[in-house]
Amino acid sequence: MKILSRSYIAIVFAILYIPILVLMLFSFNSTASTGVFSGFSFQWYGELFKDARVFTALRNTLILAVSSSLISTVIATGAAVGLDRMRSAKIRGVINSVTNIPMMNPDIVTGVSMMLLFAFFGNLVGATADKLNFFTLLIAHITFNIPYVLLNITPRLRQMDRNLPEAARDLGCTPVQSFFKVELPFMMPSIIAGAIMAFTLSLDDFVISYFTSGSDFETLPILIYSLTKKEVKPNIYALSTLIIIAIISLLILSNVMSSRSNQSNAGSLRKGKDKLNGKENI
Amino acid sequence: MKKRSDGLLRSAAAAPHVVWSVLFIVAPLIFVCYYAFTDASGHFTFSNITGLGNYAGTFALSVCFAFIATILCLLVAYPLAYCICKLSPRSQKILIMLAMLPMWMNLLIRTYSMMAILDNEGFLNKALEAIGLSKVRILGTPGAVIFGMVYNFFPYMLLPIYSVMSKLDSRLIEAAEDLGCNGRQVIMKVILPLSIPGIVSGITMVFVPSISTFYISQKLGGGTFDLIGDAIERQFQRPDTYNVGAAISLVMMLLILVSIAVMNRFTDEADGNGAGGGIIV
Amino acid sequence: MNNEKLIELRSVSKSFDCEQVLRSIDLDIHKEEFITLLGPSGCGKTTTLRIIGGFVSPDEGDVIFDGKRINDMPPHKRPINTVFQRYALFPHLNVFENIAFGLRLKKTPEKEIRSRVKEMLKMVNLKGFERRSVNNLSGGQQQRVAIARALINKPEILLLDEPLGALDLKLRKDMQVELKRMQRQTGITFIYVTHDQEEALSMSDTVVVMAEGRIQQIGTPEKIYNEPVNAFVADFIGESNIVSGIMLEDYMVSFAGQKFKCEDKGFEKNEPVDVVVRPEDIDIVPVSESMLTGKVTSVTFKGDYYEIIVDIDNFKWMIETTDRVAVGATIGISIDPYEIQVMKKSEFSGKYGDYSSFSDELEHLSELPEEEK
Repeated sequence: MKILSRSYIAIVFAILYIPILVLMLFSFNSTASTGVFSGFSFQWYGELFKDARVFTALRNTLILAVSSSLISTVIATGAAVGLDRMRSAKIRGVINSVTNIPMMNPDIVTGVSMMLLFAFFGNLVGATADKLNFFTLLIAHITFNIPYVLLNITPRLRQMDRNLPEAARDLGCTPVQSFFKVELPFMMPSIIAGAIMAFTLSLDDFVISYFTSGSDFETLPILIYSLTKKEVKPNIYALSTLIIIAIISLLILSNVMSSRSNQSNAGSLRKGKDKLNGKENI
Repeated sequence: MKKRSDGLLRSAAAAPHVVWSVLFIVAPLIFVCYYAFTDASGHFTFSNITGLGNYAGTFALSVCFAFIATILCLLVAYPLAYCICKLSPRSQKILIMLAMLPMWMNLLIRTYSMMAILDNEGFLNKALEAIGLSKVRILGTPGAVIFGMVYNFFPYMLLPIYSVMSKLDSRLIEAAEDLGCNGRQVIMKVILPLSIPGIVSGITMVFVPSISTFYISQKLGGGTFDLIGDAIERQFQRPDTYNVGAAISLVMMLLILVSIAVMNRFTDEADGNGAGGGIIV
Repeated sequence: MNNEKLIELRSVSKSFDCEQVLRSIDLDIHKEEFITLLGPSGCGKTTTLRIIGGFVSPDEGDVIFDGKRINDMPPHKRPINTVFQRYALFPHLNVFENIAFGLRLKKTPEKEIRSRVKEMLKMVNLKGFERRSVNNLSGGQQQRVAIARALINKPEILLLDEPLGALDLKLRKDMQVELKRMQRQTGITFIYVTHDQEEALSMSDTVVVMAEGRIQQIGTPEKIYNEPVNAFVADFIGESNIVSGIMLEDYMVSFAGQKFKCEDKGFEKNEPVDVVVRPEDIDIVPVSESMLTGKVTSVTFKGDYYEIIVDIDNFKWMIETTDRVAVGATIGISIDPYEIQVMKKSEFSGKYGDYSSFSDELEHLSELPEEEK
């Protein structure tokens, strides 16, 4: 029984990882073949680094991820605090339902709905050229990030002993001081976890970006998409390999950091898209 | 009086979020409806919706593919979650990290790596040739598309099931055994019913992206299959077909919302505080 | 304790969601007093405390501090500090910073902060704990930090909301003694909320017994125990047999079909009353010399005494005795006049004091910690 279950685990994980490992392997192939490994070489990496588009896309992706995660974190933190104190459970319920729409809806619907909004207003202001640009993309990313950040902060806030802000007031804090000296520090681990999640979601997003970005601002996923539309070339393998390595190092780093700070908030390591179950996952 | 103004101030912290939600969540959805019921010149029409009859095959195929992919995910993930739960906490942690890792890699990269394997001149066929078997054409078959969906969305099924299952009180299982359940009965009568919330969220999390994907079918289906996602994507290439695209999106969204609502009702009955039950409805 | 009034509550009422929690409370609290609000869950004692602390404002009535009305003064401006139920220590600050919190807000010089925190830690027996994280402290240690954090601000009044509720019995007893010592040492008025009558009796100068949003009785622990004003107080504080009786005349009451001499007077002739007799005040005597006789229905060994339930005329009496009797035996009892406490009839008459359905479990159920309002 034990052997059976272990081998089952092994097989599933093997299937999960073989494609990725093969892709990494063939990024070092000396020929363009994706079937036969004919020799070790860095030529595809060399070709990749000659392409200025890659660097622009990387820079764009980072700019977008940083700005959208910061803005969405600020908005979501305010929302979490405000909703927590809201008396009417009904209004809170409505707001929460609306907030969760981007999580529930297929990405493609979120993408096209925002595209239609931008298109409509673009027509109104008479923008003849490209209505989509960095700002439409930023708005889209902030929008789909907010619910995930909120998902991190709300449970933490709910855990807070109601007496904590009262204790602060009791010891002489004004309401504003109590917020900044006690409540915000209490929420901080979840805020950071939420921001990291938003950052990674933004880095990773393709579908929504595809519909809301203009031709002047290309992110890495969009670049990969346009490259793979044409022929299969191992330079995309090389790019993917680099991205995978970057992700793994980031993961290890954040794991080390979190175990060092002894804050067992695994939330930050969790991919955001485990939608419904979000807060319940490891 | 002081107290009340303080409470109001607090609630006001949510104001930017409320404004943002109205502008960029509610308004876009209204625009989807608006475009779905107007023609290119802005006049009201039902023709986009009535014209969806042409896409009946597309819808049927998408639902079918997504359904099969979801069931396959469930069949693979459930036993896997069970096996993982039996391991030591340390191994569990490592395996779950490993299961999550691919989710951090872009969908495009994952799909692309599948192509590298399944291609006619790809790794799998070369390997088959090497051991003296004939090549199989995999890319462009329904199997490739479904496999792509399973491969890409598998972690979304595994994680919720695992998280519910790992939190099951082991004393419940002992109690069931104490009361005379054998191994199979423990699974059927205790573990399965209690893990339904995880299964339901897993199903939603796999079904929704599967039914709406367009990249997977384009790459692994070799353009042979037209799924809803492909149809929508195509309509939004040119402004004059936005309206049809909006109509397709609207119908798909409703389709999904209804299925989620039904599923949530199902979990709420099975489990009072079902994971995320009733989030939307 | 001196006689100067520090806090006065004047006909204070409060409702939450249409449910009246406090019904016109009047209460004077004096300087240097250790006063305890005692009552079952839902009696309004925590709400009273929160009104004094400024976390809840009364719907009606006034809160007067040192002669000034402070109804609208926010908590941070009141010279009052609180030790919260689950301590409410700030998890992101260490022991030192938790204790120094109030002083830092007042921009106290660093040097003074350091010496005062040190002094406080010494007082609560936590020397050397400065750099520890509050999350890794035991319940008792957290409790001490919470007390130090409040006392360092030298408040006029310290509010304690069931502070020992989460501690185990042994630790609770130790902390009771320590709290009493700290109160004497600092001379600060302590307002203490608890549902534990033993705690209330052993620590307080004054006990305020509350039930159903009203104050039932205010008095010294001895007075509350020996001279309860109504059936509720008699039942809530200690064990008691409460029977209906008739005050025949001054110093003469009749109950259980017999006339008894007592030490109470001032009732009307033949006024219906409640009579309280404590279980430990009843003597078992030979049937021939007895005032009342009854059949023993149960005997429970309690260590240093037996708890006996005796059926006398279908009313179950509880007796605590060191004599050994057998279940089913017929025994006689005798009650000395000074052990009989006569009380006016009240809304609580007939609800308490009969041991026919007595069970320890019910007792515990009624002592669950009060829901937070």
